[in-house]
This record gives sequence, structure tokens and C-alpha cells, in this order.
Amino acid sequence: MTSTTGISIRGLTKTFGGKPVLDGIDLDIAAGERVVIIGPSGTGKSTLLRCLNYLDRPDAGLISIGDLSVDAAHARNSDILGLRRRTGFVFQNYALFANKTAIENIMEALITVQRLPKSEAVARAKAVLAETGLADKADSYPAALSGGQQQRVGIGRAMALGAELMLFDEPTSALDPELVGEVLDLMRRVAEQRQTILIVTHEMQFAREIADRILFMHGGKIVEQGTPAQIFEAPQDVRLRRFLARIDG
Amino acid sequence: MQGLDIGYMVGLMPVILSYVPLTLAMASVAMVCALVLSALLAVERVVRVPILDWLVIVFISFFRGTPLLVQLFLFYYGLPQVLSVLTRIDGVTAAILGLMLHFAAYMAESIRAAIISVDRSQWEAGQSIGMTQWQLMQRIILPQAARVAAPTLVNYFIDMLKATSLAFTLGVTEMMGAAQKEAAGSFLYFEAFLVVAVIYWGMVEALNQGQKVLESYLDKAYAR
Repeated sequence: MTSTTGISIRGLTKTFGGKPVLDGIDLDIAAGERVVIIGPSGTGKSTLLRCLNYLDRPDAGLISIGDLSVDAAHARNSDILGLRRRTGFVFQNYALFANKTAIENIMEALITVQRLPKSEAVARAKAVLAETGLADKADSYPAALSGGQQQRVGIGRAMALGAELMLFDEPTSALDPELVGEVLDLMRRVAEQRQTILIVTHEMQFAREIADRILFMHGGKIVEQGTPAQIFEAPQDVRLRRFLARIDG
Repeated sequence: MQGLDIGYMVGLMPVILSYVPLTLAMASVAMVCALVLSALLAVERVVRVPILDWLVIVFISFFRGTPLLVQLFLFYYGLPQVLSVLTRIDGVTAAILGLMLHFAAYMAESIRAAIISVDRSQWEAGQSIGMTQWQLMQRIILPQAARVAAPTLVNYFIDMLKATSLAFTLGVTEMMGAAQKEAAGSFLYFEAFLVVAVIYWGMVEALNQGQKVLESYLDKAYAR
């Protein structure tokens, strides 16, 4: 179907209370590709990400990541766990484990899911924490960290999984403006490692700079996609043009 | 009317105090068992296993819906009659059993409420990294719920400690029983039971202090 580490999505559908939120999404992402999703609120961007991580259960569709293929119609628990282990998720509200320190947040999956020996988990978590620039905050609890620091730990927690696909769900939307920069800097570093990533964001400048491809979603569908230049300089669909005009203010 | 016989009370104090270890042992054993049982009941109420859920609801309803004294009598006097294989269990065991089941039913409800109070994002974060429900419950949700439930659980422990005095009605010579025996000789009932009251009061105050230490320990992760 696709290359061994690519991602393929076919006919992904999700309805909430009879209202279709994802309307048969087809999408292929190549290994190492950086894809950004833009679009107005309530058009299914976050739901798409959440379905890929099975935080929301899709009604129908096929999700393939590497050697794992999951059909939403009859996904077993082992499929769902498999999908989650192949995808890292960064939440808008950080969602750090409140009872765990920064380093414990990063170690949690290494110990419980990947079952690494403690010493190895600590070493890996320390390395990840250093990448996030928070080595000195290893023993701080989330409540003692700023929003930007919490989100960097959140990104570190997803990085530590070594997942084939990293999903960022509006990672800077809950942050005070002065804290957005440090989070985007870290995301840039993740992107530079040719990690396959799918980002939902309203940071258009960042999207333009980092994306290999931009998807514009509207009404549960991908209505237009292309390179940043195509999307921002030569938008075709009238809804995309209207959206871009509105956010330019 | 004559005054309090203070001298008698001072002399009685060590006698009654010597039964404090028994009281503490009954309350502690019952509390540890009740904690384990109530956590299991609470988790079941949140996860809702078919059929089992129904049994748990009936269990909780019964033990909250009937007086502790009635339950103790049922265990001590009633059960051995119905189940002849159960030769009469001794009073201490019956008291521990009754206290455990009675308080577990109450504690299960507060633990269940505490589990539900943990933010949904904590569940999602655990699911997103591939943790199983059980790992999540054990490592993330229950520790956070413990902090919420702790003040209520300490209150139940205090109630339980005082309720050990009901073991007296099962023929156990604990603090009440000892005071009763002493007073039967001296006829100084008021003094004897006042000594018991003062000792309970002191123990409860000590527990209240312990609660503050416990709460500051559990709040450690949440200090800004």
C-alpha cells in the first residue's frame, strides 16, 4: 500500500450525535513528511488527530501505520493499543500527569508500555528532557512549571515513545503569547529530525515555515492541499481564500 | 451530690489505657482491609463490570442501609446459626469483619466520587501513550483520587475507631468493657466512662494532627 513507515488513511468517518465531523477522509503521509492542518474551528481537524490516536473512536475507515492496519469497523483492543504505541500525541492543554514529575511523565510509557529496565528508562528520559531544554526541571511537578514548560514536557513525553507519527493538537493555543515561541522552537527541532508529524495549528507563519504540505479542512473534509506556497500564495477554493483573508485580519 | 472522684479516675487511667492497643489494632486491621475492599468496589463502580456491578450496588446499599450494630449482631450471633460449619467466630474477629464491610461500603462511595473528579485529560494522556486501563487506574488515577478522598477517609477512620466500642456488645473486653467491669465494683460509673471518653477524645485529636501531615504529604505534587 504505502512505504513501510508511511501512513495511509482511507474513508475515515466520525459522527457526533448524528452530525458528521469527519466525512470520509483519505490521506497519505510519507515517512518523514511534515503536514500541517489548518481551517476554521469545528471542521474536524482535532477529531482527525484524535481518531488516529483512538482517543475518539472512528465510525468507519482504515488507518495504516507502518506494518499495522486497523479497520475501524472491527478494531480489537490490541489494534487500538498498537495504534497508540505508533503515534505520539501532544495535547492542547498539555495533559501532563499531575502526580508525576517532569522526568516521570516522560518515563511513564517507557516503563509501563515499552517495559524498559528502570535505568534505561531514566537515561532515555534524561536525554529527551535535555532536548526539551528542561534538564534542570526533571524533578519539578507540572503544577510548578509554566505553561510553556509543561507543553515542552508534553512534547518530550510524546518524543520518548519513538513513535512513527507525532500528532500535535493545537499545541500553542492554550499558551500565553510570550510562551508560544519556546514551544514552536522545540517543534522546529522535532521537525528537523525528519520525524513524521501531523500538526493542527493556528500559527500560520509557523505552518508556512515548517510544513512540507498544508491541508485545509472544512466541513469534515480536506478541501484543498498543497505546498505552503500554493496554499498561501495561490489558494483555489473560495472557502480557503475567505479563511486566509479572515486570519490576516 | 458529691464531686468527681479525681483520684479514682487517675488510678483507673492506666487500666483503661492498657486496652488502647486492642482498640487501635481492631480499627487499623479493619481500616486497611476496608481501604483495599473499598478501592476495588469503587473501581468496579467506575468501570462497571456486568453482573458484578449489580452485586456491588446491592452490597453497598445493604451495608449503608442497615445499622452497624445490627450488622455486628448478624455476624456474631446470626451467621453461626445459619452456617453451622462456622462455629461461633470470636468477638474481635466479628467486630473487625463488621467494621470492615460497613465502612468499606461508605468509603467506596467517596473513592468513586474522587476517581470521577480526576480530570478527563489524565485518562486521555495515559491512553495516548498506550497504557492499559488497569495501569492508568493504578499509576495515575487512583493516586490523584487518593488526595481528593484523603480527608473523608481519615474521617471514616475516626468514626471507625470510635465504633470499635461496639465490640463491647459482642462480649469483647475492650475499653468500654474494662470500664464497665471496673465500675461494677466501685459504682463510680460516671468517672469510669468519663475516662473512656477522654481517652477516645485524645486519640481522635492525635488523628486530626496526623491528617494534616498526611494532607501536606499528598499535596506535595500540587504546590505552585
